[in-house]
Amino acid sequence: MAKTESTLKNMVLTLLVITCVAGTSLGFMYELTKGPIEAAKAAKQQAAIKEVVPEFTNNPGEEMKNFTSKEGFEIKFFPAKKDGVLIGLAIETMTNKGFSGNIRIMVGIKPDGTIINYQVLEHKETPGLGTKMADWFKTDKGNQSILGKHPKKNKLTVSKDGGEVDAITAATISSRAFFDAIRVAFETYTENQSSFTVTSNTSTEEGGTK
Amino acid sequence: MNQWNNFSKGFFKENAVFTLLLGMCPTLGVTSSAIDGLGMGLATTFVLVMSNLVIAIIKGFIPDKVRIPSFIVVIATFVTIVEMTMQAYVPALFDSLGLFIPLIVVNCLVLGRAEAFASKNNIGSSIIDGLGMGLGFAMALTILGSIRELLGSGKIFGTVVFPEDYGMLVFVLAPGAFIALGYLIAFINQVKKES
Repeated sequence: MAKTESTLKNMVLTLLVITCVAGTSLGFMYELTKGPIEAAKAAKQQAAIKEVVPEFTNNPGEEMKNFTSKEGFEIKFFPAKKDGVLIGLAIETMTNKGFSGNIRIMVGIKPDGTIINYQVLEHKETPGLGTKMADWFKTDKGNQSILGKHPKKNKLTVSKDGGEVDAITAATISSRAFFDAIRVAFETYTENQSSFTVTSNTSTEEGGTK
Repeated sequence: MNQWNNFSKGFFKENAVFTLLLGMCPTLGVTSSAIDGLGMGLATTFVLVMSNLVIAIIKGFIPDKVRIPSFIVVIATFVTIVEMTMQAYVPALFDSLGLFIPLIVVNCLVLGRAEAFASKNNIGSSIIDGLGMGLGFAMALTILGSIRELLGSGKIFGTVVFPEDYGMLVFVLAPGAFIALGYLIAFINQVKKES
């Protein structure tokens, strides 16, 4: 086949056709994968909530509340209730103090603020160093674990900064960022605590009248 | 036998990573574990095969002066398809590779094969060439990823070989990628010389 000549008309037409075909096929693929992508994200969120709070009977995703922290981050609160009583909160918190980029963490707390568990949702920390935060602060070794601790009663910072938790070896910045995210979650919770206790009170009363 | 030559040329003789030294960004960036290397390699293989196929089909219609933009649009389309598919069906892999998938577009290996091979050869040979080059790339990335994962964190494909505390941290980081790749290329050149 002879090559199409490089006249202006030919070039414009070719590029137009190619980009149109490419655009159409991408639009089609987008529609096709939109559902599964949403489902995958929701499943991940749901799994993270299950991981960090005790067994619940409600749907925390439906009762989700959004609050803005002092830093301007949008913090999502997922109340976990058993038979209408608030037993814990999964808080999707974040920080921009990571070694590279934002870190998003799902942390589960009891209504009084004690940390139950956490899960790292998203980060861009150094592989092999900062990435260890996924398990480090859960491991019961030395002063690593933050589970069962309370941000008010315990000093939840790295030992280098006068705290009582051991930082990840060779990843102090990531560790500090981790505690920053926890702090953001806790502060936002304390500020907006009333909106959760009220809901839990009304639901208990409803349960009582039945 | 000609097609076999086409395939093995990309897989061994002109292996993208070990011989041509193309596509170094993903090679050094994603190979901190074997599974990441394999995932990246297979994603690139898909893009290579599909873009080679399409470019071999449309090469007659494209005026010479706009061939590079045309090729890039074709490649970018397939990369975006890969990205969306990965995000939908293998979210775990997407989490660790996510940042690097869009970079396949600028992987000079893909454009290089489109320009140097697919725009001059027929459809069949172009597919075989893409397959050979892509799988060669995937193999190289998997080997490099395995070595770095083993030396750095004592695991291969996530299976623990020795405790992580004895791992050499540097191999998980970027400098380790250069060191491991350098030794690998030296080793392969030696083997080639002897054979």
